[in-house]
Amino acid sequence: MSSTQSTAPVLEVRGLTKKFGGLTAVKNLNFDVHGGEIFGLIGPNGSGKSTAMKAIMGIERPTEGTVRFQGHDVAGMPAHRIARQGFGMVFQHSRPLNRQTVLENIMVALLPDSLLMLFPDKALTERAKWIAERVGLGEVMHRRPPTLPFADLRRLELAKAIARDPKVVLVDEPFAGLTLAEVGTFSDLIRSFRDEGRAVMLVDHNVKSVAALVDRVLAMYLGEEIATGRADEVMRNETVRRVYLGGAIETSARPEANFTDKVPLLQVENVSVHYGKAQALDNVSIHVHQGEFVSIVGLNGAGKTTLFNTISGFLPYTGEIVRDGEKLRGTSAAKIARSGLVQCPETRELFGEMTVRENLDLGGQHLDPAEQQKQLEWLFDLFPILKQRQGQMAQTLSGGEQQMLAIGRALMMKPKILILDEPTLGLAPVILELLSKALEKLRQTTPITVLLGEQNVTFALPHADRVYVLEHARIVWEGDPGRFAAEAGEGYL
Amino acid sequence: MMSFFKSPLFGISLILVIIAATLPWYVSGYILGLLTVAYYFGVFAMSWDLLFGFAGEVNFGPTFLIGTGAYTAGILNNHFGLPMYPCIALGALGAVIAGFVLALPALRVRGPYFGLTTLVAVLILQSFIVVFADLTGGEIGLTIPDVLSIDAGVNYWIALSFMVISAAILFGLSQSPVGLVLQASGQDPVQAGALGFNIVKHKLAAFIVSAFFSGLSGALLVFYFGTASVGTVVDIAVGVQVIVAAVLGGRRTVLGAALGAIFLIVAGEFLRPTGELATFIVSAVALVVILFFPGGFLGSVLSREARS
Repeated sequence: MSSTQSTAPVLEVRGLTKKFGGLTAVKNLNFDVHGGEIFGLIGPNGSGKSTAMKAIMGIERPTEGTVRFQGHDVAGMPAHRIARQGFGMVFQHSRPLNRQTVLENIMVALLPDSLLMLFPDKALTERAKWIAERVGLGEVMHRRPPTLPFADLRRLELAKAIARDPKVVLVDEPFAGLTLAEVGTFSDLIRSFRDEGRAVMLVDHNVKSVAALVDRVLAMYLGEEIATGRADEVMRNETVRRVYLGGAIETSARPEANFTDKVPLLQVENVSVHYGKAQALDNVSIHVHQGEFVSIVGLNGAGKTTLFNTISGFLPYTGEIVRDGEKLRGTSAAKIARSGLVQCPETRELFGEMTVRENLDLGGQHLDPAEQQKQLEWLFDLFPILKQRQGQMAQTLSGGEQQMLAIGRALMMKPKILILDEPTLGLAPVILELLSKALEKLRQTTPITVLLGEQNVTFALPHADRVYVLEHARIVWEGDPGRFAAEAGEGYL
Repeated sequence: MMSFFKSPLFGISLILVIIAATLPWYVSGYILGLLTVAYYFGVFAMSWDLLFGFAGEVNFGPTFLIGTGAYTAGILNNHFGLPMYPCIALGALGAVIAGFVLALPALRVRGPYFGLTTLVAVLILQSFIVVFADLTGGEIGLTIPDVLSIDAGVNYWIALSFMVISAAILFGLSQSPVGLVLQASGQDPVQAGALGFNIVKHKLAAFIVSAFFSGLSGALLVFYFGTASVGTVVDIAVGVQVIVAAVLGGRRTVLGAALGAIFLIVAGEFLRPTGELATFIVSAVALVVILFFPGGFLGSVLSREARS
């Protein structure tokens, strides 16, 4: 072990930059990872951490910069060559070979990149068995993946990544979808990789979830490094706190008693949702009053989008969703949207090759021409930039303008309840301010009920009347935004 | 892979092959002729499944490879008087070269563009044949001086042996380590790359193997027919039939593709008395299977086994 824990880093990343067209996803990233160390790359959704990991692995070709592995540069090589140098990557989502056994799936990872390997090698089978035992798949190695529980499928991913004894192990969101007990087991497994002298790099959303595991952390925001150090240092760092929690947050909540409807406008009662074997929502109950602005705060993967998609009628669920006293079960997604419960999705889903005006007109399709014109004028007043951009193709807009268009298109449907899913994703602070002002105007001047999902607390709290915190598929806190920082903020870093 | 020899699938295949081998002693020449063509189609469909089922690439132009093999062999025999067996070998080689030239650029494009490229290739081959009629026989077709055999039984056995050998090789390949890597590349190319596999290399190899068997089968088929024509080995409709056969039989099963091809050809012939309706009925059955049993004949059986 001591020989691998030499002073020279196994992985040296210098000036790593990745641009997608005009968008810089990763900007001048520098860090080292040593053998026998667990290094965390942390950042909110859209901060560029996953892109950085893909650029190191060669899945995305870096635009600039070097990635030195044991002294020589591998930046720009295709993934399969980088993998053969001694890299293994644990993917968050996987598609194992369903007709092959677990053991055969692991065997695949052990095979040479050769076209002449026509007969299985006995030695490989032995090694595959050993790896299966090692990650805790010994009992199920002869079963096929479709029969396995979710945690075992994640184990299979670990097994494949370490199969060829890599010097560098990259792990994408190690604990996504796992229960607390499983998190403990997986932490131990990842620690064992470190103790064998490997350099381990994790990517995750927040420091908290990996604090107990990592030796050092680099926090990213908008593609850039904002802090590096031990987990506790980074959690105390002012910039990091501002990115995750915001500075002094001014809230302007109206007390719940002000909303006079006796039965809330929208009630979600004990809703659970499963994706195959992974539980995405666990007995979630929320309610929203007529005219209220409710924020659902939670990190990526907590279940916000699932909750919204369930309300919008896209997913099967157990429990009930009630609007105006009527159960929504059995109503099609299209009908739900037309009846005034409109979602503006996280991924925006703009019609990229249509103009701004065409996108908006599609939103207002069901209105009669005079009403549509009136709504459009109101909208251009809310987002003046869209008026100037009317004839431009949606995909050529900047990220902020696209977000405004997505919200605008939803508003053209004259929603009674507007669901906004992560509108701040990947946007610069100056754009956030513009969006924030527009939301405040909506709140002050219209009777629209808003349900906002956010991981950016700074953005979610100021307008909110009430806040729910969603964590690991459950609602863990509910209350007034003024109490958020004191009661729920700490757990959020 | 060893487990295959113990599986019921192997036993059933063996029995079917033995029964098929004895057919010439008690069925009519007409049925033998029908099955002979069906067996060559079986090889087309199996070669296609190697690409679609394992490499995950939809080749809309199987007849580009089949036609190149068939016409290369036919032209060499007709114009240059080369003996039959070298012609067949060169036909297969021609298909491999054509497949390589097509696949190398086509595999670099993503998503539906690979399929479109292969479709265009068929159209190019078709116009080439029509335009250079002096060489290819054009729309009338090319007469092939040599034939495999004039005896229906011998022709049948040649076709059956060819299909069985091809099936053994293609199925073995699909179950071998290389086949597993190919399957992984088709299912999740990003992860296969991160596991250290050069995806383009593996898919290119699959394309070449597919081209070899398609071309060889195409060449044998023209020496059975005694002619090569656009309508039998190049037309898009022939390609569609190959694709339908493979999907009907079961994606990712190889052997299912052969069953699908035999079913399509035999069913089409038995329904001939219904006239124009025949194509309609066969297509409707194919549509129902694809819509409700996307696993195909053999796929449904195999996936039930996988879940148990």
